[in-house]
Parts: sequence; structure tokens; C-alpha cells
Amino acid sequence: MSEQVASVEVGSYSAGWHDSAAKYAFKAEPGLSEKVVRQLSEMKGEPRWMLDFRLRSLRHYLERPLPTWGGDLSQLDFDKIYYYLKPEAQNARSWDDVPEDIKKTFDRLGIPEAERTVLAGVGAQYDSESVYHNLQGKWQELGVIFLDMDSGLREHEDIVRAHIGTVIPPEDNKFAALNSSVWSGGSFVYVPKGIKLDIPLQAYFRINSDRAGQFERTLIIAEEGAFVHYIEGCTAPVFTTDALHSAVVEIICKPGARVRYSTVQNWAHNVYNLVTKRAVAMEGATMEWVDGNIGSRLTMKYPSVMLVGEGATGEVLSVAYAQDGQHQDTGAKMIHVAPGTSSRIISKSISKGSGRATYRGLVRIHDGARHAKSNVQCDALLLGESSRTDTYPYMEIDEDTASVGHEARVSKVSGEQLFYLMQRGISEEQAMAMIVSGFIEPITRELPLEYAVELNRLIELEMEGSVG
Amino acid sequence: MVLTVKGLKASVEGTPILKGIDLGVGPGEVHGIMGPNGSGKSTLARVLAGDPTYAVNAGTATLDGQDLLAMAPSERAKLGLFLAFQYPLEIPGVTIANFLRTAVNSIRDEEVPAMQFYAMLQDRLKDLGLDEFWANRYVNDGFSGGEKKRTEILQMMVLEPRVCILDETDSGLDVDALKIVSEGVNQMRDDERSIIIVTHYERLLEYIKPDYCHVMIDGRIVKSDGIELARKIDAMGYEFVREEVGRANG
Repeated sequence: MSEQVASVEVGSYSAGWHDSAAKYAFKAEPGLSEKVVRQLSEMKGEPRWMLDFRLRSLRHYLERPLPTWGGDLSQLDFDKIYYYLKPEAQNARSWDDVPEDIKKTFDRLGIPEAERTVLAGVGAQYDSESVYHNLQGKWQELGVIFLDMDSGLREHEDIVRAHIGTVIPPEDNKFAALNSSVWSGGSFVYVPKGIKLDIPLQAYFRINSDRAGQFERTLIIAEEGAFVHYIEGCTAPVFTTDALHSAVVEIICKPGARVRYSTVQNWAHNVYNLVTKRAVAMEGATMEWVDGNIGSRLTMKYPSVMLVGEGATGEVLSVAYAQDGQHQDTGAKMIHVAPGTSSRIISKSISKGSGRATYRGLVRIHDGARHAKSNVQCDALLLGESSRTDTYPYMEIDEDTASVGHEARVSKVSGEQLFYLMQRGISEEQAMAMIVSGFIEPITRELPLEYAVELNRLIELEMEGSVG
Repeated sequence: MVLTVKGLKASVEGTPILKGIDLGVGPGEVHGIMGPNGSGKSTLARVLAGDPTYAVNAGTATLDGQDLLAMAPSERAKLGLFLAFQYPLEIPGVTIANFLRTAVNSIRDEEVPAMQFYAMLQDRLKDLGLDEFWANRYVNDGFSGGEKKRTEILQMMVLEPRVCILDETDSGLDVDALKIVSEGVNQMRDDERSIIIVTHYERLLEYIKPDYCHVMIDGRIVKSDGIELARKIDAMGYEFVREEVGRANG
């Protein structure tokens, strides 16, 4: 494969490279068909029920029309995408087992350092297959399972079978159906009763092939009283043709459990990022989504919590940044089914140049969800004359005793604010970066430090050479 | 002279505000600038600091011989110019500590070591009667008028400018806050530093006694003297100055 590195015009994209020496053991043909799905399932050695799950999903995917709302998908050619790739190395248990060129890729992404520090374990994905995974002894002793999804299926088939598709059925939406038919990789996390992990679990992904799709499937199960913080961060090199990322994340918070799922998404600006993320929160459980969207050409993502148990809590903290050629169509969904449930959505969006940031959110309170409480705050910051922001807040309230609040604010960076900062010796670019950082601070302070730093650094980079 | 202004004319959206300002400020001097509403005294302060909403139509302004008017606001700050704003801006999510550290590093063009900076910041907080956690608050976010003004003086003390322009710092301050702010400013007086105090009322000038007092009316400095001028205005209002100037112009 010849080395193609295209650079993005707007600012420089620091991860704009790919490993040209990467060898692929098998490359399925482009486009999607039953044949591709069967091949995929066979190569993975999957049980019959999973093949059936995939085929049922494929059938639905093919029938289901594209959504008529949200971002513009007209430029995406589904027939030209490769839906499965398998790199040479099999899944490794120790760092030594990982092939050199793949190590090089991870080297550049900083994984060895991360491994040396306080992380519990790293599940890393090279294109559509997990290559390296290392679960440290301590967690194994506690009965914590943290594997790539393929291994999870193989080694814990019963648990996976009982839970996969229960939070997000394949028929939920077209892209959930797509993912359900060709999923590969992702994480399987199981935390037993009462176990509280004080160190976050992390995963890295990468799109590293022309027209490659990413269809990771993640399933996180937190048993009663358990706690886990899972961190997902991605980076992708730049290509001239469109790439598709369509993940599904299902999370089950059993009574009294708490799960926090943090993401900083920084896909190259030609990637379509269409993700379905949903959690079920049972009695007294808490689900927190911290969602940062910086990259991609188009992201459609609405982390959701189904509050099905009494007193359950859901929270979404979302930051979206859109610049020229980008559309972030993001938000959250909170579904209150049980009484005494509460939810909070804080969305901060920044539009620069001709970027478009859209907040799309749903708060639904069913009849019987007595004394449910929900609060939504969406703030938008417009940096340029042609920057755009939209807000589509949906509220469906069928319970008289519910209390729901919604606040929306749109602001511009004022010339006076910039003048104030500049009068203190701060350059105009630095002043912009500072104001934007301050704007999203309520959310960045919830991210682990290295992510907060990465996010702020990305903002600084974006502000460079771009004032006006 | 540290700051020299000659024939400065400025306007906003076509309306002339400054109609020919001449001013000379030497090292270590404190100048008071008074005047009725609309006289252009705040405009003078802002034009010197480089507020882009004003257009400079004529004249010059130099600091240490360098052409201020050709410089961006941040460049003027690096040269040692500081403006304490009349209406300080809020910067949500940005702490005072973070803001000041960035400012200091920009102005000095070097990274001041963190420990050193925070130690110095704590000393300044004490000087102004602000508690040790003050700098963890977001800049002016939810501050009362008095708190904002004290924070302006805090910034001035941390940045150690050559020329300090205080734009109606006394407005919105109660007697106690006024005393504290004045002590802070007086602490900064030395043989090198120049201070310009733009104010409506004579009271601040009793706490920070100026070497020179100027009165601006209708975009011009019409009278200059010592502190007695401020006292006369306090007693008789600006009318007497208008009359005097009227008589002088025939």
C-alpha cells in the first residue's frame, strides 16, 4: 500500500500519518453483503447465535432507510468501505508479543508510557481487531473482566449472550443495525458486585486504512454496588476518501452501581462518526457520560440513559467543537421510567469559522415517573461571523409531578473581553484560547487530567493562526 | 518624560471625543484627571491602552519614546502600560491565578517558576485584604463592583507596570474598600512608576495625593494645577472651570 498522507487545510493535524508498512493478513472486499458478514463471523470462529444476530441485523440494516434528520450523509458511499480488516498479530497478552510495526504505531500514540503509569489495563485496537491487551493481576483477582469484545464473546459467551443487544437492539436505528452486523473489537467490561475500581480502564482505537470502517462494539456490565470509570479516546490519520466510524456502546448499571464513561473524540476531518451509546440505570444506580467531540467531518452521537430503577441518576457532560467543514450534531437523551429519578445534561458547544454545532437532546418522562427531576443547560459560543449553532431540545413529559428545567445561552466572544485580556499582555490568539477554555471548564474539570490537558491543547492549536 | 501625548484626537463611530490632548507624565509622578461626564477622560485612558473601538484621528503618544499608537494592546502592555478598567470583564472558567500567571509570563516573555509566582501572589492578596483562596475564583465572575475594582488593583500589583492608568477605580467602592485600594496603589508609588488616576470625585485624590491635577472638558485638558484644583472642584463643581476657561477664551 503506498503511503498517502493528505494534510487538512485548516490548521495542522498532528496525527496525520499512517503506518504504510502495515501488513494485513486478510482484507475483505469493499461493500457490505451477507457474504462479507458470514466470512467475518467464520474468521472469528463465532458461535451460531452470533452469526444469526449479525445476519438479522444485516437484514434490518439493508431495509432501513437513512435518517432524514441530523447531519448530511449524502457524500458517504457505503459501497466503497471495507467492513473488516485483520492485522497480522493475534491478540496478545503481553507487550512483548506485539509485532514491531504495530508497536511503532502505539509508541507514537503514547501507550507504553500509559501502561507504565497508573492504568489498570489497556485494550488497544489496531483497525478492526484488538491486538494488544493486558489485564493486570490485581483486577483478575477481583474478578474484573476487561477484554476486547471478541475475546469477551469467546471466554464469557453466556454473559455476552445475555446482555448484548438488550440496551441497543439492532433495530434501534440504521447504524446500530450496521454495527450489529459487522462489529469487530471494542471492549467487554464486567465488574462484579461491590467492586469499585479506583483506576480508570482505557482503550485506544485507530483507523489506519483507506476507506476503513470502525465498528467496535462495547459492553460494560457493572454489578450491584460496583464502580468503574472507562475512558475512550481515539485518533485517526488523514485520508482523502471518507471513513466511517459507527460504534455501539451498551452499559448496564445494576442497582447501586456507578459507571462513568469518558470520551475525547478527535477523528480526522473526513471521518463520519455515527455512534449509538446508551446505558440502563437500575435502582439507585448512576450513569455519567463525559463526551468531548473535537474531530470528524460529521458526528451524530446522543449518549443516553434509561432510568428504569427508582432513584436512578443520569448525567451527560458534553463538549463539541466545530470548525470549517465540520458538523457536530450531538447531545443526550434521558428517559425517566421510574419514580425519584434525576438527570442532568450540560452541553457546551463552540463553533468557529463556518463550523456548525448542533445540540439535539431529549428528556422523556413517562407517566408514573413520580417526582422525576431533569435539568438541561446548553451553552453555545460562536467565534466567527459565519459560525453556526442550532438547538433542538425535545421534552416529552407525561408526569404531573415531574420538574424539568432548560436553559440555553448563545454568546460571542466580545471585543471588550479580548481587549481586556490583551491589555494584560496576552496575545489575541492566546486570549481566544483562554476564553474558550474557560467556557468549557465545567466539563474539562470532570475529565481525567491528561484528557483535560489534551483538550485544552487541542483548543490552543485550533486557535493558532486563525483569529479574525 | 515617560509618557508623552501631543495633540491627540480620537473619535468613535465618527463622533469626535478627544479634541487635542497634550499631556506629559514623568517617572514617579501621579497625575489626576478629572472632568464632568462626557468630557472624554475614560476615552483618553482607553485610547492610550489601545481600545480598537476608537479611531485615532491625529496626534502622537509615546512611552519611553516608543510610538504607542502603532502597537497592539498586548504590545503596549509589554512595554509596561496597565489600564485598570472602569467595568472589568468577567472571564468564566478562568481563575485569577491562571489569568495572572499567563499575563506575567507574556509580559516578561519568560516562564516565571510556579512556586515563585504563587508565593508572590499570596503576598499581594494579603496587601489588599483578600483571602488566600481569592485567586482560585474565576475572573470577576459574580463579583460585586468593589470586588472587581480590588481585583484590578491586585492585577496591577502583580504585573508591576511602568505606567498605571486607573479608570474611575473609585466608582462603586465604599469607604473601606477605597482605603484598601488606595493603600495598594500608594504601595506601588516609587521613583520610576507613573500613575494616572481618572476620576469624577476628589476623594480618591485625597488618599492618593497627585503631583498634578488636570481637568478635562469637552475632549480637551483645559486646566492643570496641583491638588488644590481638585479641592476647588469638590467645593464649587466644574462650573467654575468652565467659566474661567470661557473668560480666558474671550
